[in-house]
Amino acid sequence: MISFGRRVVRRRGGRYELKLDATEKAVLGHVAEQLREAILTGTDDPMLRRLFPPAYVDDEEKEAGYRALARDELLEARLESLDQLEAALADPVMDAERAGSLLRSCNALRLVLGTRLDVSEDDDPSLDPDDPESPTWALYYFLSGLVGELVDALAADL
Amino acid sequence: MSSPAPAEVDKPTGDTDTSVEEDLPWVVIVWNDPINLMSYVTFVLQKLFGYSLEKATSLMLDVHHKGRAVVSNGPREKCELDVFRLHEHGLWATMQHDK
Repeated sequence: MISFGRRVVRRRGGRYELKLDATEKAVLGHVAEQLREAILTGTDDPMLRRLFPPAYVDDEEKEAGYRALARDELLEARLESLDQLEAALADPVMDAERAGSLLRSCNALRLVLGTRLDVSEDDDPSLDPDDPESPTWALYYFLSGLVGELVDALAADL
Repeated sequence: MSSPAPAEVDKPTGDTDTSVEEDLPWVVIVWNDPINLMSYVTFVLQKLFGYSLEKATSLMLDVHHKGRAVVSNGPREKCELDVFRLHEHGLWATMQHDK
């Protein structure tokens, strides 16, 4: 799972190539599908709170208005980005727009996994094999690497 | 900036205090969180607001070290859109009156 080869490569013409092996593709596709199901089941799930945060923290009326306007649109945007992630797994060379969607989806997955793992600023990236959540941590760090590489590739073309 | 509301105004309906409050400019705040990568936060601020790498990095470092940073401001509708776009990108953003 954890290796250090480059997974995102900039190509000519503003294109980006995602270089994942078959296992990585299968895992990423699987967790993306799990996230899609969770979002469709209900956006009030505490594990999804980082994906649907409040805009107003001290004004319930304005917050209710914001949610009424933004919740469905945010949900649709998240599902669309997950569609783009699946498309990127099927066809690894993509334009900047799809790479941006892939980045948002990978970051959303990190947010959900990080919420589940209750990540703090000073977590040690070394994995503890006795921790029952160690597979989740491995996935979290895999996504950290992928997000970092996507940011580097896209920022180079800003 | 607004001045204190007069005691009586010729308005058939409406809450004077609320309408004065609505005139205040708003600020969008990004809060520190332990999950988002520093490079990701910087990239999102560059992409969404067109900030230079220097400005986006400075704001990101404020978020990281001071716990929060004001990243944009303006009328309420504009700030709601900014908050929405930040939420879409997974940043922890809220908005409030600039007091």
